[in-house]
Amino acid sequence: MANDVTNVVIAGLGGQGIIRASDILADAAFYSGFDVKKSEIHGMSQRGGSVSSDVRFGKKVWSPMIPMGEADFLVLCDRSQREVFWPYLKEGGVLISVDDIPSDKLPHSKTLNTALLGVLSTYLPISLEAWERAITLRLGGKLFEANRQAFDIGRSLISQATK
Amino acid sequence: MAQPDRLLLFGNEAVAHAARNAGVALGTGYPGTPSTEILETFSDLGGKAQWAPNEKVALEVALGASFCGARTLVTMKHVGVNVAADPLFTAAYTGVEGALVLVSADDPGMHSSQNEQDNRYYAVAAGIPMLEPADAQEAYDFTNSAIEISEKWKIPVMLRMTTRVCHSKSVVRPRWLFPPLDPPRYQRNIRERVMIPAYARPAHRRLRAKLAEIEAYSNACACHREYEGSTELGIVTSGVTFLHVREAAPDASILKLGCTHPVPIERIRKFAAKVKRCVVIEEGEPYLATFLRAAGIAVEPKPDMYRFGELNVDRVRRILAGDTSPEPSLPPGKLPELCKGCPYRPVYDILHRLDCIVAGDIGCYTLGVLPPYEAMDTCVCMGASITVGLGMRHVLPPDQARRVVSVIGDSTFVHTGLPGIAEMVYNPPPTGHVVVVLDNGTTAMTGQQEHPGTGRTLDHKPTNQVKIEEVARALGVSRVHVADPTRDPQAFEKLLVDCLNSNELCFVVARHYCILAAPSIREFERRAKQEFDYQCVPGGVEKDGE
Repeated sequence: MANDVTNVVIAGLGGQGIIRASDILADAAFYSGFDVKKSEIHGMSQRGGSVSSDVRFGKKVWSPMIPMGEADFLVLCDRSQREVFWPYLKEGGVLISVDDIPSDKLPHSKTLNTALLGVLSTYLPISLEAWERAITLRLGGKLFEANRQAFDIGRSLISQATK
Repeated sequence: MAQPDRLLLFGNEAVAHAARNAGVALGTGYPGTPSTEILETFSDLGGKAQWAPNEKVALEVALGASFCGARTLVTMKHVGVNVAADPLFTAAYTGVEGALVLVSADDPGMHSSQNEQDNRYYAVAAGIPMLEPADAQEAYDFTNSAIEISEKWKIPVMLRMTTRVCHSKSVVRPRWLFPPLDPPRYQRNIRERVMIPAYARPAHRRLRAKLAEIEAYSNACACHREYEGSTELGIVTSGVTFLHVREAAPDASILKLGCTHPVPIERIRKFAAKVKRCVVIEEGEPYLATFLRAAGIAVEPKPDMYRFGELNVDRVRRILAGDTSPEPSLPPGKLPELCKGCPYRPVYDILHRLDCIVAGDIGCYTLGVLPPYEAMDTCVCMGASITVGLGMRHVLPPDQARRVVSVIGDSTFVHTGLPGIAEMVYNPPPTGHVVVVLDNGTTAMTGQQEHPGTGRTLDHKPTNQVKIEEVARALGVSRVHVADPTRDPQAFEKLLVDCLNSNELCFVVARHYCILAAPSIREFERRAKQEFDYQCVPGGVEKDGE
């Protein structure tokens, strides 16, 4: 029952673009025809505090929040948050962390999250067209080309850690 | 206009889409997490939306528009309903003409609020119907239902959202239900609109009669959903909690209520009779459980420990298992803090160094309470900094009284700070008082909204500006200063020390743009100037018919 829903927690600190990264993932899953739910908390968390966003997609998603120990993927935009969000990752779940990204190879320091999404994309049943459409919608500005490159760099990497 | 048949929307966006499609003529409110994006989206979609100085004003403006037959939407967070409560209770008596839908965005778990207030009790206390959506699709559908109920029974309707409905995204299939309305037009109906006691007494009876009718409607309403499952376990629930319940107990029978005031007692009675064990799972207060047990329906309430904080799938599983053992605690996350480069930082530095007793208020600057500053002694509600500070000044011995400072933000000052200044001028404490308005040119906490002090409307277009320092002068404050605490902290400190020692009523506007908002504010100013220049060149549209 829970198995046909894919659960992704994206976590980091306020101001790191967690919300936008989770929007891109949610959009890409939506374009692929899945039922999608996404949950996040605004407000105080924007002032440099811990921020996370839950994205769930599948045939039918009920709760917008991922239960503890049921995340298939934990995407960490800041390594300081590992301990805080680790309990959400299930046994055998995959950790995708900034530590996986060779930041000196990225076209721009602001494309780190897109590279993380690139790594994530290799695991998910979401088409490249859907990813491209979502990235164009959310990152259509000056850094669009840089973000596309960063996404491809991410795709060429494989994350190391599983729980 | 071609619209996609499937959208991925936040609950807040869904309300805005529904309101726009239903021809809502005016959206008004005060920004407050988690409600803020409703009006912003409504404006982006081309609706007429405006920020009011506070929630009472917003509700009253919408009520006036509704009296003229226009459909209206009023948005606020749960604590904002306290500010709007005075007109709300009477609006239930006067009734409305065009729909009036009041969105209350409650914040169980207090992600960004000062209390966990369950506004279902407001619906009971004021005597208005209430609908509770669970996700974005229902936020869309129930906005439509609220408009329908409001116009059918000529009564304000509360749409109660919670943080997880406002700020979670799900798939929405938009529907168009309403034909266009006639243009607004006022029809005099003094007995129903003027609540002197002679007219209010029959109005109260009319209200109760309407509510009895709406209860009959609620019992039969299609907004409730029933999931047939095991006869061993039945669950009565509402709002986002339903989604946690459905995931935690896929085999249970579930009655999910859409309308929770008036409570559809008979519907629930029938449901409860079908199952062996009937549990009420609701977030916040035991509102439904108390109501149902008083009506003689044998339901099991949740254990009291789950009254605190949000519910989720894990907690629902525990409630069903009757598990009241201590819950696992997560490692604490990093606390938020004042931004690097925030213009309030030097002010808190100085307040901390001078060992001031700080009566604080609601906004980003509430973060001044955290280390390293710890420079805030009280924080109660919007506007209370000035009045709480005055109370302290009245009773403390002079050496301590002279250390009391009220600190308030620019948006909050306009919201409910103004009556505090009237009080200060009218009943000045013997040592005088010092009010510091932290004016960063925006409502920063909720994501940089405009307010009457910025001189720009909700969509950032120039309008008349309420000038904070001039308001203080006009109200009769003897010393009014404007200073930039970031450019010259030493001068700011000297000014503050002078004020504290003066025994006068002092009003200091500490003015410097919010570091996050400054680029957009400059852009709005540039655009406004460009428009002005265009209007002044030959061939352009000239001002004032010159």
